[in-house]
Amino acid sequence: MTDTRHLVVVGNGMVGHRLVSALRDRDERGEWRITVLGEETRHAYDRVALSSYVDGKSEEELRLPELAGFDLRLGDPVASIDRTARRVVTASGAELTYDALVLATGSVPFVPPVPGKDLPNCFVYRTLDDLDAIKEAAAAAVARPGAGRRSAVVVGGGLLGLEAARAMRLLGLSPQVVEIAPRLMPVQVDEGGGALLQNLVSSQDIAVRCGVAVTGIREERDRLIATLSDDIELDADLVVFSAGIRPADTLARDSGLRVGERGGVWVDATCRTSDEHVWAVGEVAALEGRTYGLVAPGYAMAEVVADRLLGGQARMTPDELDMSTKLKLLGVEVASFGDAHAATEGALEVVVNDPVAGTYSKLVVSDDAQTLLGGVLVGDASKYATLRPLVGMTLPADPVAMIAPGGVELGADALPDSAQICSCNAVTKGALKEAIHDGACTVPDLKSCTRAGTSCGSCVPLLKKLLVSEGVQVSKAICEHFAFSRAELFQIIASTGIRTFTEAVESHGSGRGCDLCKPVVASILASLGGGHIHDGEQAALQDTNDHFLANMQRNGTYSVVPRIAGGEITPEGLIVIGQVAQDFGLYTKITGGQRIDMFGARVEQLPAIWKRLVDAGFESGHAYGKSLRTVKSCVGSSWCRYGVQDSVGMAVLLELRYRGLRSPHKLKSGVSGCARECAEARSKDFGVIATDKGWNLYVGGNGGATPKHAQLIVQDVDQETLIRTIDRFLIFYIRTADRLQRTAPWLEELEGGLDHLREVIVDDKLGICADLDTAMARHVESYADEWRGVLEDPKKLERYVSFVNAPETPDPTISFVTERGQPVPMPRAGDPVLIGLPTVSPRQEVRA
Amino acid sequence: MTTAPEQVRVPVTWEDDVRWQTVCPLDRLQPERGVAALFGETQVAVFRLFDDRVLAIGNVDPRSGAAVMSRGIVGDRGGVPTVASPLYKEAYSLVDGQCLDVEDVSLPTYPVRVRNGSVQIGLP
Ligand code: SRM
Ligand SMILES: Cc1cc2nc3c(=O)[nH]c(=O)nc-3n(C[C@H](O)[C@H](O)[C@H](O)COP(=O)(O)OP(=O)(O)OC[C@H]3O[C@@H](n4cnc5c(N)ncnc54)[C@H](O)[C@@H]3O)c2cc1C
Ligand code: SF4
Ligand code: FES
Repeated sequence: MTDTRHLVVVGNGMVGHRLVSALRDRDERGEWRITVLGEETRHAYDRVALSSYVDGKSEEELRLPELAGFDLRLGDPVASIDRTARRVVTASGAELTYDALVLATGSVPFVPPVPGKDLPNCFVYRTLDDLDAIKEAAAAAVARPGAGRRSAVVVGGGLLGLEAARAMRLLGLSPQVVEIAPRLMPVQVDEGGGALLQNLVSSQDIAVRCGVAVTGIREERDRLIATLSDDIELDADLVVFSAGIRPADTLARDSGLRVGERGGVWVDATCRTSDEHVWAVGEVAALEGRTYGLVAPGYAMAEVVADRLLGGQARMTPDELDMSTKLKLLGVEVASFGDAHAATEGALEVVVNDPVAGTYSKLVVSDDAQTLLGGVLVGDASKYATLRPLVGMTLPADPVAMIAPGGVELGADALPDSAQICSCNAVTKGALKEAIHDGACTVPDLKSCTRAGTSCGSCVPLLKKLLVSEGVQVSKAICEHFAFSRAELFQIIASTGIRTFTEAVESHGSGRGCDLCKPVVASILASLGGGHIHDGEQAALQDTNDHFLANMQRNGTYSVVPRIAGGEITPEGLIVIGQVAQDFGLYTKITGGQRIDMFGARVEQLPAIWKRLVDAGFESGHAYGKSLRTVKSCVGSSWCRYGVQDSVGMAVLLELRYRGLRSPHKLKSGVSGCARECAEARSKDFGVIATDKGWNLYVGGNGGATPKHAQLIVQDVDQETLIRTIDRFLIFYIRTADRLQRTAPWLEELEGGLDHLREVIVDDKLGICADLDTAMARHVESYADEWRGVLEDPKKLERYVSFVNAPETPDPTISFVTERGQPVPMPRAGDPVLIGLPTVSPRQEVRA
Repeated sequence: MTTAPEQVRVPVTWEDDVRWQTVCPLDRLQPERGVAALFGETQVAVFRLFDDRVLAIGNVDPRSGAAVMSRGIVGDRGGVPTVASPLYKEAYSLVDGQCLDVEDVSLPTYPVRVRNGSVQIGLP
């Protein structure tokens, strides 16, 4: 294509990324070829969530969706612009000409010009590289011998400073926040809220000094001493500057572009600079003179520029830009939105201050008390999601009642269609309703088709309410026979002592059940210690595979998987398996779960095969059950030169402890001997990684269709603590998860998420840990091999026949062909069943 | 819930010229589970319900061609007794063999009676 034009984007941050994504989506005729030049060496990532990088999130998890169809050059910043030649030159000397240039260089942290600011161990807080450096310095400080807790001085008590302070806490340091203004978060919060905020922050083990400035920093015996304007000296292991940001506008200044009075590249409402070929978006842009330090206005600018580049007429409406903020991460809820400081002419303030409960709420309303202008919430920001979209709208209720404890609960109904529910991505209630009517019926659906909820996440509660108010029934009923969720049914069965399906369906359900509810009840009874799963009436409830303790294959034969705990097997064991497979003509394969699967056994052969295996010391591997599958291991310290613990030993121990444990879905685990993670433990429901101090435990991961990394729940613990924590995690999951809900989606739905889980199973906040411990102890004691149980009971063996009237006659429909030297089922015309995979349409991103 | 085994209720009236073949003693059938039986080339899946009715359908799953219907979970849908195919889980009515999830798919049904404690099915 000869008339393709070249767009050069300077900056691969959040807004530059959004611009490329918007343009790639819409530029259907391929009008633009795009080159992005980035200073940072990494793929674009979610800077808003930067702090979660110290809280267990990995770089991959923070990465923004990868885009295709453009040229990306990382680690080579643009050094100068020649506007006459329409050419940029990079630091490495590369030259690129452009038809259009977009500056998306973001901001640089503002570091007050105090003496000593450049000393080692003084940091800023903006990029992943900054955080890597901070982490390293914090680790070195913590590791240094000597008395006392290690500490950090955080310069700046705004939104960023408080995030940084909390990050220091997570890294094991005592943070001290120094804020020059008389209160924390001076930009967002008023005096009343500030006082309460300071109390709440201090109670989080973060020291706060307001109304003083840092005047100098010096080094003294490996540590830093920060002098304050009131002559107090704070000693610290590191200093983090988070005292504000300045637009990264050097390129614009050097090339003579107009800049805003207070910095930033001046742009008009179409985001065009004083040069018609140059645009600016994001934090670097001074929109009609004003810069915005939040991502939502930046995204809006990216959309405008994408539209304009394709000949559209979009423009910014700066009055409507949402400057709401909610403090993430700190465990202290703070939100401010709209005109928080009542700057509007005649504005009235309605305040409800409850120092006992530790909450402060303020609404700013118009002089006639009809229109909501803004507000501040401290201590409890749960109303933020409903209040923020109401800014500029007529109040649906008396303002005091709206913030008073026990006052009006606002639902999604109260909002007009034009209300912006997701401010990060500018999604209105109307747009969401449309998506719901087009078939979106879950929060992930809404996320993928409207982008709402994919950035800061604070609108997600409102998305849920909206689904409900639009009549989407999020029914958790198992099936037509039980109007309960699995968790509810678990409670019912556990507390009533019901021990059969008949009792359960007669007292709490209807009809005679089906293939959905019967296995659920079977699993609950088994989790509650119901003996052999083929005892009595239970036998009739078991799913196909549990019914024969083997996995049915597509031609009606079965697979046989003996347990090979931790993937460790002796040569003798290997020989037994080989011999059995050979004698019964079975196909063998090493599974993805580090063990050996033998395929092609006919139902009447199963007992004879298992007798050979059990006699040789093998037991059921529960490959068929919704229960523990495998605990994979790496070779660990016994052999590996890097191993710091015996990962195989630990994997065997865990596999033997949890074998046979019935659960809502299958359970998988892995143990790695060091941080290299060869066992892929973090892709498991519970994964263990050895450290030189003990073990790290990660929970809620899986592979499969929607892979999820497990998250760190406890760190550097000893074996006893590790096992106790896993015990509780598993029982708590078993009791509360839905049917076929693996641990990752369960954890995602769990109110309060990982933090809540930690409170329940580590801090015992609900007081249920003793009960969880007893339940696991009962499981461990009562474990018995299911296959041995069958072999020893003639009644149970009775069903292993091909035909009731011809027990040993092989099923005549089964036949095999030989492939690569082994038997496989005869290919059939029958088409395989497809399962749904998430689809990504070109205009959507999926961030589940 | 006891209907005397002799009074097996059969939903359809069957011609009298079927050949009655013995499957097994009724005791051998576990309530709400099935067994497979082989008569020449024909495979039949025989189920005993919770109320002791006994019903029989073809054993070969039409979707996969595998002879596995007897190993499915027995239950009901809106009161109609069903079995779910063990492979892809479609429900089939045990009364008339119709698949309740996929149109125009069905299994043959067979008349059943219990004589002297033995389950018998009628083959054409
Ligand atoms: C045999 C094996 C493939 C192989 O040859 O390697 C296998 C085979 C099956 N897998 Fe798997 N999976 C096997 C390892 C895995 C792994 C790898 C692992 O465990 O490290 C995964 C990804 C990890 C994970 O589960 O998080 C895996 C993710 C799945 C999933 C998707 C689960 C999810 O949450 O998305 C399914 C479907 C399901 O369970 O609903 C599945 C389901 C199945 C079923 C049960 C499908 C079925 O209903 O017939 C297959 C039958 C097994 C059989 O007949 O024995 N299999 N499957 C592996 C047996 C491992 C073992 O020793 O027990
Ligand atoms: C810890 C933290 C928490 C935050 N929390 C929130 C929040 O809760 N809500 C919110 O709305 N916002 C928040 N923000 C702000 C938000 O991250 C920014 O508004 C957003 O990232 C701006 O996007 P941008 O693309 O303009 O700039 P950036 O994301 O900073 O991207 C600019 C990129 O340009 C690169 N660059 C600079 N100069 C050059 C050059 N000469 N050549 C090539 N590349 C160059 C930079 O290296 C950078 O990668 C937070 C920021 C931080 C640091
Ligand atoms: S995870 Fe570590 S100990 Fe285990 S094999 Fe890999 S490098 Fe070795
Ligand atoms: S408001 Fe931030 S993601 Fe919706």
